[in-house]
Amino acid sequence: MTPLLDVAELSKRFPVAASGGALKQVRRLLTRTADEQSQVHAVDDVSFTIAKGETVGLVGESGCGKSTLVRALARLLDPTAGSIRFSARDLSLVAARDFAHDRDRGRVQMVFQDAGESINPRFTAFDAIADPVRRLKHLSGAALVETVDKAARQCGLPLELLGRYPHQLSGGQRARVGIARAIAVEPELLVLDEPTAALDVSVQVVILKLLARLKAELGMSYLFVSHDLSVVRLLCNRVLVMYLGKIVEAGPARAVFDNPLHPYTKALVAAVPRLDGNGVAKLRLSGEPMSPIDPDPNVCRFYGRCPRGADLCRAKMPALRRAAAGREVACHFA
Amino acid sequence: MTAVPALAVEDLSVEFRTRSGVVKALEGVNFAVGKGETLAIVGESGSGKSVTAYALMGILDPAGRVTAGRAVLGALDLISASPSQLADVRGREIAMIFQNPRTALNPIRPVGRQIADVLIRHGNVPRAEAPARSIDLLRAVGITDPARRAKAYPFEMSGGMCQRVMIAIALAARPALLIADEPTTGLDVTTQAVIMDIIAELAGESGMATIFITHDLALAGQRADRVVVMHAGHVVENASTRELIAHPSHPYTAELIAATPDSAPSLDALASIPGSLPDLRRTDLPPCRYSERCPRKVERCDAPLPRPALADRFVACWNPL
Repeated sequence: MTPLLDVAELSKRFPVAASGGALKQVRRLLTRTADEQSQVHAVDDVSFTIAKGETVGLVGESGCGKSTLVRALARLLDPTAGSIRFSARDLSLVAARDFAHDRDRGRVQMVFQDAGESINPRFTAFDAIADPVRRLKHLSGAALVETVDKAARQCGLPLELLGRYPHQLSGGQRARVGIARAIAVEPELLVLDEPTAALDVSVQVVILKLLARLKAELGMSYLFVSHDLSVVRLLCNRVLVMYLGKIVEAGPARAVFDNPLHPYTKALVAAVPRLDGNGVAKLRLSGEPMSPIDPDPNVCRFYGRCPRGADLCRAKMPALRRAAAGREVACHFA
Repeated sequence: MTAVPALAVEDLSVEFRTRSGVVKALEGVNFAVGKGETLAIVGESGSGKSVTAYALMGILDPAGRVTAGRAVLGALDLISASPSQLADVRGREIAMIFQNPRTALNPIRPVGRQIADVLIRHGNVPRAEAPARSIDLLRAVGITDPARRAKAYPFEMSGGMCQRVMIAIALAARPALLIADEPTTGLDVTTQAVIMDIIAELAGESGMATIFITHDLALAGQRADRVVVMHAGHVVENASTRELIAHPSHPYTAELIAATPDSAPSLDALASIPGSLPDLRRTDLPPCRYSERCPRKVERCDAPLPRPALADRFVACWNPL
């Protein structure tokens, strides 16, 4: 079966301003060629697929490149290299600025972290949901109202709230608006960037169940970005673990969390607080991640923080390789 | 409960005057924390967790007013203390860590200087020794290369590092009580684990009492000796962590546990909490502010709530589980 989304060898690098005084910078510019400029390797050679109807979780600490990756997938920024095949069409060939008017724009939609900040404060809930429908489906009048009402109903948003502005809505209601406007154009892939991070547990449960129901009803695929591993475990079929721009582990969510293979995943799982207070494992990461600016391509990115670090890790970057039962891991020793 | 609590809060009530009416933010809040003990205050947003901390520190918003109650630290009642008494106690006896370290730190002062300021003001440390002592403190909170980092500004550090600096500032004068208001919200789980380890370790060394405010019941379950559950400005349950998690008495505590993702084997097993917080501006608030959401409501629930007893365990409910 061909996957809905096939990302291959995707990289995104950002140039960084050279440090030092103005004179030094000018000298550097004169003596260096363009590709010698220092670069942040935000996403580095990432490959994965998402099948139709699948929910894939993406976890990793802040600064690991999760957001850059999803922004590249939603075509909000242009990748440096690699391909993004969306039902056989390579979207990476469409420039981000042209994609806004592209015929496939509506097929990939994004739900942002805090709907209170991602919705135009001068838009009512109705306007916020109607805006993408107007632009991408070119609907107006009664058909537009009908589509907006349908999306609101699907997300459990009472229609009488549609006239309200974001500041007049509760956190849970705003989250529903954010989801309604993403599903109103009937996307096939929904990219969810920490959709419940700003919510209380009681509201979070409701939104997670809503997402699970919508997926079943509408047959969408999800890419679910979160740093709450407990939530990822409940919602996702598969999980990708990212560390400093690289995928270090991938596999079925339960298997990865119950029996992590990569030392980073082990530390991540050990750090999740447990209600019963058990398993306060003493596995802790020391220090800070290495700099993502021009990292040595031959050194494992986790080297220096890794409890297993050996000479081999400093000489050869481990590749993501197959492990048992649909799992992949990038470590020499896993 | 320990014989001599480091802090005893009795009957604390706080109101806020707003244009749309008086918000009864806290009502009759009772709890105590012993020396070396870690107490977690858990609740959803709007439950009054942070207001409790702000009232103790005397840093409530001007619209807020403590209408009743006492909070005794050592021999001093923090509520009736004069501003100058409070200013003297803050930093020396009680210290606080805030949720967002980047906004709580002074953005235009190197972090080493900010720690030195506290040492000179509250720690009886001579001015000349303060820089060296602040480097020691940075080392104690696990910052590598502390001498260089002491010269850094907050914007040059990661969120986790800024929170370590906040902890170093809070603990500079070896306070008897530390109030940590969501100290790890917004940090990665790996960093969270390290920060919580540091707080626990330093508290253990000095016998400091810790009040730790969080919305994350799992984190409280893992890190606290006792848990106080708050709902709409009331303490609904106060018990040892093990007891509370294993055998919740108050219906709200039980619902909160059932809504915590960590506890559920599948999404279907996760239960949401019906209803929402009552509007605290209402003049007809029922004695039990949970009763309108409660599945176990009985007739007696309209009577005033049970008085908090000085028992090991307290539940503000007429029909507990």
